[in-house]
Amino acid sequence: MSALVEDIRTIAKQYPESKSAILPALRLAQQQYGWLSREALEEVGEALDLTPAYCMSVASFYDMLHLEPVGTHVIEVCTNVCCGLVNAQAVLEAFELELGVAPGETTSDGAVTLRAVECLGGCSTPTLVAVDHRYRQSVTPEDVPAIVRELRDAG
Amino acid sequence: MPAESPVLVLAGAEEQPLRDLTSYRAVGGYAQLAKARSQEPQQVIQELIESNLRGRGGAFFPTGRKASFIPTPDKIAKPIYIAVNADESEPGTFKDREIMLRVPHRLIEGCLIAAHAIQSTFVFIYIRGEYSTEYDVLKAALDEADAAGLLGGVTMIIHRGAGAYICGEETALLSSLEGERGQPRSKPPFPAIEGLYAAPTLINNVETITTIPKVLEVGPAEYAQIGAPPDSTGTRVFCLSGNVVRPGAYELPHGITTRHLIEEVGGGVPDGRSLKAVMMGGSSFPVMTPDDLDTKLDANSLGQKGYFIGSGVVCVLDDRTCMVQFALRVGQFYMHESCGKCTPCRVGTRWLVQMLRAVENGTASESDLDLALDVCDRIIGKCLCVLGDSDAMIVASCVTKFRDEFRAHLEHGGCPFGHDSSLDRLFAPSDQHDLAPVAHEVRV
Repeated sequence: MSALVEDIRTIAKQYPESKSAILPALRLAQQQYGWLSREALEEVGEALDLTPAYCMSVASFYDMLHLEPVGTHVIEVCTNVCCGLVNAQAVLEAFELELGVAPGETTSDGAVTLRAVECLGGCSTPTLVAVDHRYRQSVTPEDVPAIVRELRDAG
Repeated sequence: MPAESPVLVLAGAEEQPLRDLTSYRAVGGYAQLAKARSQEPQQVIQELIESNLRGRGGAFFPTGRKASFIPTPDKIAKPIYIAVNADESEPGTFKDREIMLRVPHRLIEGCLIAAHAIQSTFVFIYIRGEYSTEYDVLKAALDEADAAGLLGGVTMIIHRGAGAYICGEETALLSSLEGERGQPRSKPPFPAIEGLYAAPTLINNVETITTIPKVLEVGPAEYAQIGAPPDSTGTRVFCLSGNVVRPGAYELPHGITTRHLIEEVGGGVPDGRSLKAVMMGGSSFPVMTPDDLDTKLDANSLGQKGYFIGSGVVCVLDDRTCMVQFALRVGQFYMHESCGKCTPCRVGTRWLVQMLRAVENGTASESDLDLALDVCDRIIGKCLCVLGDSDAMIVASCVTKFRDEFRAHLEHGGCPFGHDSSLDRLFAPSDQHDLAPVAHEVRV
């Protein structure tokens, strides 16, 4: 039994029914592998006594779970209306220019994935950008090169 | 209004967050839990009923009454659960995030009081997956409360979502928590009778639960006098954003005017621009026009003019905003977030996007505006949950209230703003996906 399967079973014990642990399990698998490959879904299924197909059906429902490989780093720009009213499109385009990719794409070296996302709940500090799932507030187009440099330096 | 702008939910955290147990105790934290536990559960519910506290998630249902629907343990041989809805994802809403970051212990105290009131020993806090720092802060507070022996036999699990707006809908939240795709269920049965694992479940929003300790502290009778009694009692953490000088989360009593919040508290519209519309209550409700700015922010005053207080959102749109682009972008959000279970929502949200895009491009005709309203009519009230209705309500309000501007697109053969609208070319996440067609393209 892999360490991942063991960890998932430990989490599952906290819940009245083990199936409830599927989201924490999928998140953990993604944390370990970067994305949810068929093999990763099989491990989650083994841990929770669910079929890989079922795990896939759940994983495909949620925006944060990746069924394809993503970059080492993920930049997510909120482009819902509240950030949109205060220049989110310019921030998104600055990232496109700096990274040379369109939203939804990953740089050719596999370093960074750029995504546009729906409202992140940071409407009072637009534009909100999540860098590796940590919020950066009040991001302007001028801030973009430094953020990208920081990620590239981090490797 | 007896008190000058009382701060309740965020009390003690006005200047800096109140994250650790010691500083929370210093402002009276957990005293109400001790008091509640010394009372009969029924008495706590009675106090909530007397305060007329209502749900802050959007539905504004009386909190005490909801708790009173939960069967007592002697009536049912099943566990009783609490599910706290921290899946805040309504566009324009960030109050629950502020609450969790600033007063995490007050949320936990509220959960434990609610658990005592309905005699539950199992609390789930379903927090949206994107909230990483908020999760860390809340988890640290929970561990601290646990170590201090405050849980009193209650098991509390903070369950992280994974990115799905619909999981904020209470039955979808339950589906997700049970390990299924986060799709809503039909009601009845209501969650109070058959909720999580088909057992009685109380579902409350973060702000609602966090208000509970303060309701008990000031006393239900006094609380019921704050704000706009008798129906909209207490305070709200309003979410002010958009084209405004000082956006932020402001806790103010129900009954202040929209104009006061935007102009006095928020400093008005910047850059010498004028206010064109307000996204009121959230993206799920009709937009407000400037002639209604003196409407008070309480459920009845708003309701009389066809508005909703929702999750306390007030997002200001200035005169650079193209309302077709606004409706389109909101429509793209709902299309992206529709779970696909009901046909009117799955297909209707998509049709609205196609029609709005055709209006924006100037290729639609006048009759298409009526067709769009007709599609809205065919969504509203015809789905399992309100996601489709939400899309239809805001889009229909834009088409109806700004019909001249929509018409100008058709006459101009495209957007009359050129590239000057603040929402010009705003990208939508739905364009990142290869959306397999689920319906025939509507001919526009």
